[in-house]
Amino acid sequence: MPKDGGIGESTKRREDIRFLTGKGRYTDDINLRGQAYACFLRSEVANGRINSIDTKAALAMPGVLTILTGDDFTGMGGNPAGWLINSRNGEPMKEPKRPVLAHGKVRHVGDAYAMVVAETYSQARDAAAAINADITELPAVVDMAAALADNTNLVHDEIGTNQCFDWGWIEDNRAAVDEAFKTAPHVTTLELVNNRLIPNAMEPRASLADYDAGTGDYKLYTTSQNPHLHRLLIAAFVMGMPENKLTVIAPDVGGGFGSKIYHYGEEAAVLAAAKAINRPVKWVAERSESFLSDAHGRDHVTKIQLATTKSGEFLALRTETLANVGAYLSNFSTATPTFLHGTLMAGPYKTPLVYVNVKTVFTNTAPVDAYRGAGRPEATFSIERIVDKCARELGIDQAEIRRKNLLTPDQFPYTTPVGLVYDTGNYQATMDKMTELADLAGFEARRAASAKNGKLRGLGLSTWIEACGIAPSNLVGVLGARVGLFDAATVRVNATGNISVMTGAHSHGQGHETVFAQIVAEQLGIPASSVEIVHGDTSKIPFGMGSYGSRSLAVAGSAMTKAVDKIIAKGKKIAAHMLEASEQDIEFKDGSFSVAGTDKAKTFGEIAFSAYVPHNYPLETLEPGLEETAFYDPANFTYPAGAYACEVEVDPDTGKVEIASFTCADDFGNVMNPMIVDGQVHGGVGQGIGQALLESTTYDANGQLLTGSYMDYAMPRADDVPFYTVDHSCITPCTHNPLGVKGCGEAGAIGSPPAVVNAVIDALHRAGHTHVTHIDMPVSPQRVWAAMNKA
Amino acid sequence: MTKTTMTVNGKPVAAETEGRTLLSAYLRDGLGLTGTHIGCDTSQCGACVVHVDGKAVKSCSIFAQEVEGADVRTIEGMANADGSLSTIQQAFQDHHGLQCGFCTPGMVMSSAALLAENANPTEAEVRHYLEGNICRCTGYHNIVKAVMAASGQAVPAE
Repeated sequence: MPKDGGIGESTKRREDIRFLTGKGRYTDDINLRGQAYACFLRSEVANGRINSIDTKAALAMPGVLTILTGDDFTGMGGNPAGWLINSRNGEPMKEPKRPVLAHGKVRHVGDAYAMVVAETYSQARDAAAAINADITELPAVVDMAAALADNTNLVHDEIGTNQCFDWGWIEDNRAAVDEAFKTAPHVTTLELVNNRLIPNAMEPRASLADYDAGTGDYKLYTTSQNPHLHRLLIAAFVMGMPENKLTVIAPDVGGGFGSKIYHYGEEAAVLAAAKAINRPVKWVAERSESFLSDAHGRDHVTKIQLATTKSGEFLALRTETLANVGAYLSNFSTATPTFLHGTLMAGPYKTPLVYVNVKTVFTNTAPVDAYRGAGRPEATFSIERIVDKCARELGIDQAEIRRKNLLTPDQFPYTTPVGLVYDTGNYQATMDKMTELADLAGFEARRAASAKNGKLRGLGLSTWIEACGIAPSNLVGVLGARVGLFDAATVRVNATGNISVMTGAHSHGQGHETVFAQIVAEQLGIPASSVEIVHGDTSKIPFGMGSYGSRSLAVAGSAMTKAVDKIIAKGKKIAAHMLEASEQDIEFKDGSFSVAGTDKAKTFGEIAFSAYVPHNYPLETLEPGLEETAFYDPANFTYPAGAYACEVEVDPDTGKVEIASFTCADDFGNVMNPMIVDGQVHGGVGQGIGQALLESTTYDANGQLLTGSYMDYAMPRADDVPFYTVDHSCITPCTHNPLGVKGCGEAGAIGSPPAVVNAVIDALHRAGHTHVTHIDMPVSPQRVWAAMNKA
Repeated sequence: MTKTTMTVNGKPVAAETEGRTLLSAYLRDGLGLTGTHIGCDTSQCGACVVHVDGKAVKSCSIFAQEVEGADVRTIEGMANADGSLSTIQQAFQDHHGLQCGFCTPGMVMSSAALLAENANPTEAEVRHYLEGNICRCTGYHNIVKAVMAASGQAVPAE
């Protein structure tokens, strides 16, 4: 065991030092000499034809350096959609161009159509207000069903429809599924909304672009979860230059949750401006801009049906969903409601027949893309709500109906009716653990105590599964992905034995600098403090796809361990030479290379030094140096799963819901740093409670965003949530990656919303309000009160 | 432009300000103290909290010129004189009370103000006091633990 920080330890985070002392380096903290400031002029109407943009007055204002509009970017490529989805009729999805700046039309409130660059931000902003844009406002399409039915008011005229695609999965199974419904002894039906959310990472988006006229090189500091993806999209697809002319640096980033995966037009715009004025250009979003223009999440309208026997065995499940993609396709907009959602519709259950239909719809609202969980919260919510409803209709206990239908350990690997192969799991174990930790047996006593205090107490469960560790490139390629989803690491041993690990993962809160070092330390038997993790700079790190989809450990971590394996293998060759033994006789353990059965040994440090000062070294057969790179493409998704219990207290007079307790029993496979894993679950559950009770992204009929600031968009705050009870001791290691890890970043946000809503329904039912079969999220006091008091 | 002076983290400082220059801009741009963060534009997120004459103040909601001559403390001034982390900062690290770090400066400053007012807050008092500091990463669990620990009180068992 290394002296400090190996696998399984709750090692304190080294990144905390800079964050706690104000020495973090977020994009807005970085300043380049001579930098100018950009302000984007954004549409105030949801749908409009741009007739003309008069910048004359604005150009004359103090400090203004340049003004660019959509006309200046017609020569550039559009922001590409990253995943091709085919409709049920075989037609490829509609892919209207998403320009750098809006051109011809503005398509959502907040759609940027001009950029002012000036000496100061205030000057840029004042000049933006002086731009005279003649925009004819057109009727907005906001409601998805109305948008689909409307052939006159089109978000993108050139595609002739507001439908992006109509997807079925698996289409060949549809007939059998419908047949099962025809003959099923019981069918439960539920219509529900998965409410649109705004990710609201606490750091707003920001970009700082620099152009070197001497070399023609661009550099972009930007809030990214995946700098190489930004580099590829911006250079190759949008700006039409080779990637080797662009360096993207994602420094400290204050949260992402998916919203900072995507390329946004502002990034290409500031790069173009930097070249135009030959000075660095910085842009930092105001929070109100973030509300309008960051990719939103979720926004499904679903009808789901569950066919069962009278005693609650699941026979078939089918869903129809309208999923909003907003005004433009964001990079993963099309994957989120399809291959990250439909493919999870079997849940952790043995339901033999499943069919999913998703129609995606363009509307005059902000683009919608992946947000923590990305499709899996939507699937889990639909399933766990209908399971609850079914249980109530059949008079079966909510835990019992789940236990009847959960897959059992002997069934793995399990191929689901929606095409995924779950490698391993033990859903009975997490149910048991949850039952124990949540003290389900004691619920009735707590309910009675709450009732004495005038509160209605309810218990809601959720058994969830997800597919993450994104993703096996071949498989997703067949399914339409236009990117690979492998990752990479370069492990560089320095001459004096300390290590730099360049990883394609990016930490924007996940603690990779600490955890990844623990893993390398464990593998090499050296102190974690001698391992430095480098991320975020495309000029330093090998090509990786970044951090989202709970993939950092499973994919980037696997690449790292494989690179370390290569280091050890090379080290053995060096040691064999130095110890005058054959390579097969060299053992590596606890930081030491030794000849088996003897006490002849060399330390890791001695081997490292020898590689860089190769005097006693097999130069005829082995290159000097000790640096190895590995690229890792996962064999499958990973499948963490868990069982959650939520208890709420509902105030019968006001409808207010308080979370009395929240218990999570999760299986994440092997756990590297328990403290960090707990933190990920806490944060995910916090966001899930936000979705369930508080957050609502509301556009009015004209496409105006009514919830455009923290005054109206209810973020969960410290007094909205309790302490959570989280556990990850039920471990079924992933069978197909070297660390046996499954990923934990999104689980809390996936499993929690249905547990909360199920608890509210339970509270109401126990108090006699059995007419309430569903309340849509956010389950606000007003909605609860209205449901209770509906005749 | 007016030259505005105050004491920041124990040192007298001066920078040019306009009437409209917010304290947050004075600190970040005027003095290069970028530890104070801007997370919103409606004075609700709390990332910008600093101490002005011992009181927790949202630096985005006060003009620099209003703070002329005051004693201001920012996150950069919270560590001990020898550079070691203060009790609150250490508690945040010990209990994993931060992830991305963006809300952290304001969270630490607000927590410090709380403990200066109320040395032994209950869990409910901590949560209520921090209602003006939004965190998107932690779900608040470890933040509340950290503040309770910093106050020397027993931390709720996991």
